[in-house]
Amino acid sequence: MKTTDKDHAALANEFNKDAPRVDWHDETLWWVRQKRDNAVKKIPGWEELREAGSQIKNNVLANLSGYLKQFEANAQANGVHVHWAIDAKEHNEIVLELLQSNGVKKIVKSKSMLTEECNLNEYLNLNGVDVIDTDLGEFIVQLANEHPSHIVLPCIHKKKEEIGELFHQHLGTPAGNADPVFLTETARRHLRETFLTRKAALTGVNFAVAETGEFVVCTNEGNADMGAHLADIHIASMGIEKIIPKRKHLGVFLRVLARSATGQPVTTYSSHFKTPRPGASTHIVIVDNGRSKQLGREDFRNSLKCIRCGACMNTCPVYRRSGGHSYNNAIAGPIGSILAPNLDMKKHADLPFASTLCGSCTNVCPVKIDIHDQLYKWRQVIVKSGHAPVAKKAAMGAMTRVLSSPVSYKVAGKLGRLMMKRAPFAVNNQFNPWYKQRELPVVPENSFGEWYKKNRNNKPKDI
Amino acid sequence: MSSRNKILTAVAENQPRTAPFPEFEFLDAECIYLSETFINVLTGIGGTVIPVETMIEIQNYILQNFNQGPRTVTNIPALNNVAELMHQSSTSPHALSDVDYAVIDTRLAVAENGAVWVTEKGLSDRALPFICQHLAVVLNAGDIVSNMHAAYEVINADDYGYGTFIAGPSKTADIEQSLVLGAHGPKSMTVFLMM
Ligand code: SF4
Repeated sequence: MKTTDKDHAALANEFNKDAPRVDWHDETLWWVRQKRDNAVKKIPGWEELREAGSQIKNNVLANLSGYLKQFEANAQANGVHVHWAIDAKEHNEIVLELLQSNGVKKIVKSKSMLTEECNLNEYLNLNGVDVIDTDLGEFIVQLANEHPSHIVLPCIHKKKEEIGELFHQHLGTPAGNADPVFLTETARRHLRETFLTRKAALTGVNFAVAETGEFVVCTNEGNADMGAHLADIHIASMGIEKIIPKRKHLGVFLRVLARSATGQPVTTYSSHFKTPRPGASTHIVIVDNGRSKQLGREDFRNSLKCIRCGACMNTCPVYRRSGGHSYNNAIAGPIGSILAPNLDMKKHADLPFASTLCGSCTNVCPVKIDIHDQLYKWRQVIVKSGHAPVAKKAAMGAMTRVLSSPVSYKVAGKLGRLMMKRAPFAVNNQFNPWYKQRELPVVPENSFGEWYKKNRNNKPKDI
Repeated sequence: MSSRNKILTAVAENQPRTAPFPEFEFLDAECIYLSETFINVLTGIGGTVIPVETMIEIQNYILQNFNQGPRTVTNIPALNNVAELMHQSSTSPHALSDVDYAVIDTRLAVAENGAVWVTEKGLSDRALPFICQHLAVVLNAGDIVSNMHAAYEVINADDYGYGTFIAGPSKTADIEQSLVLGAHGPKSMTVFLMM
């Protein structure tokens, strides 16, 4: 999913034009991060839980092919149909074929970032299938003809007044009513009708258990269950990395997922689908789409441990102030910036640079992914393979020249200090993004080198 | 080669060398006050807990309080004088769309997160706890375990085609992070806690 050619910096610039909105976005996400902190502090052994989650996922990655086969065999024994898709295209074709062969023209869908990654909605629409996203946040972005800006909070970028206006246009609610309770109730009634009439439901998968062949879907709204239990066909799309070895491991992941995501002790619903409902059919589509390639990249394979809690986004100072759409990828934020270059390094070369490398993401990640280290490593891979963003390339070229010669380093330092004193506007101008919302520091008289030369003879007093 | 085999081959080639099978122990009872914790947590996420001692108390509560709509259904035979008794798969799930209250039972609940475990065995239909406007669950205080690890110890001893943890009423905070109870599932959840 790449909808424009603009890079992260350019899109972030657009987002930053409305300063009060940026502050609001920033504060809202930080509030979610704080809720996470409170929830985490309440349970004993949080670090041990993270460690367990991380180790289980390490074990999954090291045995993935075996676990996938085991999962397939058990799911089939449960009466579930298993399909394999090498890429987004094949995934979409499998889904369309399943719908067409059952004469289905309208489906309901609950949240699935994988189907966003595959652009499934667009594909199905083009082929005459109507898709309704039933997660309220996704329903809203669908009305707005946008994509989710956050994996857990899809319309976190939208103000309630804008949502009220969308509902006014599309659902006929009174103009100017932006009350969240009223709008939610409206969507509830509208979608209830939809749930009752659709023959096929598509859901994502949070965890797929190799040992039992069951899969677990977590929601707060109950929309995955409403869809699946009322439809004749349930299609569940999952990436190959969603496998966990044993059912008891769900204990670890369900304890960390919602706490990390929103600070809830658990999602309202954690539904375990093992066999199809009598009279209905269940299909699982297992998708690779670049994941096996990422598995082979030693430095980046840990990104496949992600359980999509969104905590790294809520805490990221860049994400909070640039908005999810500035990443121009189905998955935004720090983890999206690691996953995207795997799919297309050139197209997403800007993303690993959209980070301060502060490490906050790594600290909150419930499965201990070394997120900021991987971002740093991607930068090196990207620069080496010649895909660095243009401005970065020029700056780094100049840096290399200056830093590799002591003379030019000294001269550059002198010039810099002179410049900042005499002509600060030459540095602090609209062409230098660092100075947005910042003031110049006071310039020292001498460089450290000069100061040291002058003072080295004044021996320090004995203490 | 089929996509399946291509994927499995690529994965087998690229997967890292072995990582040990993790062993961990989180089973230690972390709280002794299981009922108290359960009540606090579930109340904190929008549920209501009514401590009771007899089925009669539940019947009276239903008669007095479940009056937002006419249709109350249950899978508990002892409540058949106050609610319509459902039979396993007797209807299509669509026939449940006008259910106002559903009263079901559970044999397992988790103190740390306020969730109850429900499988399709006791339900007339998987859709029931979602499609009803209000959900009520009858729980024995002795069936509350401390955390999710302990819960899976219990769950693993049983088999099911479908099972779900339910923790409170359905909810959303998608509009400016304002919490609204009653997204697509029930608008309220009441637990009758048999002490
Ligand atoms: S990388 Fe970690 S913190 Fe970020 S979404 Fe994935 S699991 Fe959550």
